[in-house]
Amino acid sequence: MLYTNLKHLESAADHRKAISENENVMVICGRMGPMCIPVYEIAEELEEEYRHVKFYDMEFDNPESHVIRSLPEVRGFMGIPFTIYYKDGKVVKATSSIQTREQVKAILDREFSTTVKA
Amino acid sequence: MNTANHYDAIVIGAGPAGLTAGIYLSRARVRTLILNEGAVGGQMVLTHEIANYPGVESISGYQLAGIMKKQAKSFGCEIKSNILIDSLDLSSPVKQVKLTEGTVYTADAVILTPGGRSRTLGVKGEDEFKGRGISYCATCDGDFFTDKEIIVIGGGNSALEEAVSLTKYASKVTVVHQFDHFQAFEHAVEEARNNPKISFLMEFVITRFFGNEKLESVDIKGLASGVTRNFKTDGAFIFIGYVPNTEFLKGKVNLNQWGEIIVDSNMKTNIEGVFAAGDSIAKKYRQVTTAVADGTVAALAASAFINELRIKNKQPAEI
Repeated sequence: MLYTNLKHLESAADHRKAISENENVMVICGRMGPMCIPVYEIAEELEEEYRHVKFYDMEFDNPESHVIRSLPEVRGFMGIPFTIYYKDGKVVKATSSIQTREQVKAILDREFSTTVKA
Repeated sequence: MNTANHYDAIVIGAGPAGLTAGIYLSRARVRTLILNEGAVGGQMVLTHEIANYPGVESISGYQLAGIMKKQAKSFGCEIKSNILIDSLDLSSPVKQVKLTEGTVYTADAVILTPGGRSRTLGVKGEDEFKGRGISYCATCDGDFFTDKEIIVIGGGNSALEEAVSLTKYASKVTVVHQFDHFQAFEHAVEEARNNPKISFLMEFVITRFFGNEKLESVDIKGLASGVTRNFKTDGAFIFIGYVPNTEFLKGKVNLNQWGEIIVDSNMKTNIEGVFAAGDSIAKKYRQVTTAVADGTVAALAASAFINELRIKNKQPAEI
């Protein structure tokens, strides 16, 4: 069980709903371990600042997380958490293992820019 | 001076030392702000299970950090985490901390508890293959290396204990260490030496990581021979100790040759009104319990300093 303050995705159906109903989504798929906890905390801190992004976590050992573990974008990943960024339901970026706040912010700013499209 | 942003004490760092200082200061009615650049709890949150914290049989570091944070807040301590410090003035009577987003906080006393972080090798390819074969956590990533051949870099307790733990998954573990002897306790060395899956490369260093989608090999240099050769491996776990997070304190307080803050037995630094505690100070043993003890002493000493300052400021000026 992930005891974070993020919204949890418990099933593949939850995951499908989250990425289909929201334009910008970040999902952290991990465990309660040293490489994952800092990423959850960063996401919790950034929720307020990035209101146009929906932040979720998903337990790596939940069999339903195959929706993330089987993504072509995570091929070669050998470190948790697998953090996936979705735009309009499509994967736009995926990272493996611990990330810094600056690294996460850089991805959010680049992939989920709030600039109004012409 | 902006009085809303002036505190009696500012604590920099929210690991067990900083949170304990926050608890003691706030409970003593000292207006306290904790500023923290990383996750609240520091290295403690990275510990899966703490079984030697007196009074608590078993708890995760994450949970213990959460309780300490709640306790500090319950006494009125303010905590701002995931901030970035832009500049620091510790030498003036009123200490000043400026954040990168522009906010300036001032205080009569500062307690430095910035903690430490895992040391990295700093060789080419390390960043590139982090999470793609290079790991710093056996518990987290061990199962990705089931039936694979891996290396463990380091010679301390963590390196040897994690090497043994990784044999649950890996078919072969090679421990690579730069010295001709281990720094680990004898029982850890013995356990590793008795494990048939573990072999050792002593007096060798890794000079580069190679691969495509994931790590495939390393360049390994023999320190005795000076010869470098390529060594095939599916993974590399790095456990080469910790470094104090004190880069931002260089030239501001006295540090020793390893960058650790020098304090006296009351946790005072060489600067009046500036104290330090926890893993970033010069000391031998680094445990949650020692950090908590340091934080207590620093808070009591800072509290006494602030009280003396209050009394001094109330006294009429000498004629």
